Amino acid sequence: MSLLELENVTLKFGGVTAVDDVSFAVEEGEVFALVGPNGAGKSTIFNLISRIYDPFAGDIRFQGQSLLDRQPYEIAGLGIARTFQNIELFEQASVLQNLLVGRHKHRKSNPVGEMFFTPFVRREEKRHRKAVEEVIDFLDLQPYREKFIAGLPYGVRKVVEMGRALAIEPKLLLLDEPASGLSVEETQDVAFWIEDIKKLMGITVLMVEHDMSLVSAVSDRVMALADGRMLAIGTPEEVQRDPKVIEAYIGSDDAEDAA
Amino acid sequence: MDALQLLVSGLANGCVYGLIAMGFVLIYKATEAVNFAQGDMMMLGAFVALGLTNEHYAHLPFVVAVPLTILIMAAVGYLMDAVLLRRTFGQSQIAVVILTIAIGFVFRFVAGVIWGHEPQSLESPLAGRDIRFGGVVLGLDEVFVIVVTIALTVGMYFFFARTKMGVAMQASSQNQMAAYYMGIPVKRVHSLVWALSGAVAAIAGILFASKGSIDPATGFLGIKAFAAAVIGGLGSLPGALLGGIIIGLVEPFSARYLGGDLARLMPYLILVLILVFRPHGILSQVQAKKV
Repeated sequence: MSLLELENVTLKFGGVTAVDDVSFAVEEGEVFALVGPNGAGKSTIFNLISRIYDPFAGDIRFQGQSLLDRQPYEIAGLGIARTFQNIELFEQASVLQNLLVGRHKHRKSNPVGEMFFTPFVRREEKRHRKAVEEVIDFLDLQPYREKFIAGLPYGVRKVVEMGRALAIEPKLLLLDEPASGLSVEETQDVAFWIEDIKKLMGITVLMVEHDMSLVSAVSDRVMALADGRMLAIGTPEEVQRDPKVIEAYIGSDDAEDAA
Repeated sequence: MDALQLLVSGLANGCVYGLIAMGFVLIYKATEAVNFAQGDMMMLGAFVALGLTNEHYAHLPFVVAVPLTILIMAAVGYLMDAVLLRRTFGQSQIAVVILTIAIGFVFRFVAGVIWGHEPQSLESPLAGRDIRFGGVVLGLDEVFVIVVTIALTVGMYFFFARTKMGVAMQASSQNQMAAYYMGIPVKRVHSLVWALSGAVAAIAGILFASKGSIDPATGFLGIKAFAAAVIGGLGSLPGALLGGIIIGLVEPFSARYLGGDLARLMPYLILVLILVFRPHGILSQVQAKKV
């Protein structure tokens, strides 16, 4: 059984078919990348998996269970964490606080005990703090621990968002353009982290990314999309050599003739 | 001596304004909408308590009526959101505002139908008792209002800082999308914020009614409390209390030294000055957008 399976998923916005009969499966322990030109439907697939959209047809299964009868807030509880293309952080909170909110689903609710900070609550808090500190060490966020998000540069926010997703301790991590807007050095860091997330933490990664050097460096398999349809699937080399993929990116003589 | 009594009664009034203002802030922070029924929720809370404890009506002991009132108003707040306001999701803010104004009217007429439009007094064990130290005579009701407000403020601080639900409420108010993917059921959290603001309104109503008479138009106090919330900073709970206390203190002192007409104008004069010189309020958390 694959960790995540999409089966004949179709989504239409009015007359526009954003995702057209797409099927693929992400296996446990791999890094799977979705590539394609703008408007290919990559982020839409992310939003379908995270239940922002209901598919028009098809099924999405995580560990064999359909996600379609789940609410967006139940996704984290199942073990799926995500980042956003445009970074969605808690702006008026510190890096540490942002990561601690990632522990929400691991916290037990006990309002009275929490207000009086009983020994049990204290032990729990320490456990969560320890988990978060491990993420901070992993991503080298120590200098920013107490800083508010609102004052941080873009590259750091991007890393904080990845850290918050890791604090959830997911089985599957969805990264929406983890390298967009980053410098070459920062992109290299992201590549190392993705490798470690896979190898050391055993987390499966599904990512959308435009930077082909990053995709080639870290992905086990790649799926190329254009206009909501699957063009090719395979290793990064296979997909990059696929004539249909080359055509979608560069265009072909035929396409120009038709236009 | 005189000034001290003015101070205490001003503080007590200010605490009630501050509590209603906190209701505004709770809803505003969670949903970015202004609940113009907040004053009427306070009035309804006062009447529910009166209906439960007064000899004329259910005649329950005061200590039973108070928690019952808080529970009932929390349920009213929860249902306002779960049944009505959630349906305006995705509509413009103005739709939410108009809906809350309409709900306020409904509360006012419902209270009028059940309890009548004549002013009534809550039969509270605090009414008419004094505390004396030295030559100073303070109303027990006024001291009680101040003590309860302080306790409630401290309690809310710990609730938001430490509890799972409090943190979830803060997270939902800062970024709904992110909150969803941390596993926070944002819609239910919103309803619970409404429940909390209903409970705070009930406490404000009971405190207000324990120091004077109430009638269905009492809810118009909400306007003054809204001014207090804006003065303090609409996004800040301590700001709401501060704004309420400022208005509460300005009223008796300006009435004493400037005359009654001017005193009625003062809260709004302060509001205008704050809006001109510090538009986000005294304790606002708004930061300038970076470009």
